Amino acid sequence: MTCSEFLALLDELIDDSVSTETRTQLREHLSGCEHCEVTLNTTRKTIEIYRSHEVYELPNTVRDRLRAAIMARCKNGC
Amino acid sequence: METIQVTEENEQHPDVALVASARAGDVQAFETLVNKYDRQIFRIAQHITQNREDAQDVVQDAFLKAYEKLDQFQGNSKFYTWLVRIAVNESLMRLRKRRTGKMVSIDEDIETDEGSVPRDLADWSPNPEQNFGQAELAEILRKTIQGLPLGFRVVFQLRDVEGLSTEETAETLGLSVPAVKSRLLRARLQLRERLSRYFRKKKAGEK
Repeated sequence: MTCSEFLALLDELIDDSVSTETRTQLREHLSGCEHCEVTLNTTRKTIEIYRSHEVYELPNTVRDRLRAAIMARCKNGC
Repeated sequence: METIQVTEENEQHPDVALVASARAGDVQAFETLVNKYDRQIFRIAQHITQNREDAQDVVQDAFLKAYEKLDQFQGNSKFYTWLVRIAVNESLMRLRKRRTGKMVSIDEDIETDEGSVPRDLADWSPNPEQNFGQAELAEILRKTIQGLPLGFRVVFQLRDVEGLSTEETAETLGLSVPAVKSRLLRARLQLRERLSRYFRKKKAGEK
């Protein structure tokens, strides 16, 4: 397996949607290719960081104001 | 067989009952849905419009539109996915208003080689996020994702952060499944490449 073949299957590997056979081939490539190992690990980390950190926060005061406005209009039949 | 069917019925998504009550005129039930999803809708709207005021307006308009159209909601998709679709359309409308004359489309195929071949191959330090304060890290993450083309950042946000499946993301954005997959791979690789500037292991003597 070449690095570009590995890269084409990177998402499937991250999302755990590869067949056992393909997984074995990917693992084999990884064991001998430091570059692809770094790419896989840091891509995983990228996703994890974005999942666990709030990039855009909606402050509670704004939430309350928006909810009150929405509900007032819903109660009046919009 | 019968037992399996009963289990499936019992495992109905909690939103189904809330939507049914809201449809029957229970405003409280709708408020529960607003409380449940307002933050997600705000995030998605911010990623598209990149404007705080617009994103807040989208939250309001998307929920009001959903309430108005509740009768048209078909139970065959999740309420959340349906709501996200409304919010994406509202966000695109706002963006188009601000950028009159400029093309605004998620469907646009962006020809870019950036990130398709990883260039920065240095490993990251362990838990690189710990080297930054909360506010500083949030700023890095914001700046990095804002630099991505619209179609890439929205696919990444919906699929990887908000937890929609590939099929749901495709349905929500009006894209094909292969288009979502190709955008997701490029988005992930571009983000990785850009974050590497901040998170890569420093060589000895490097500041």
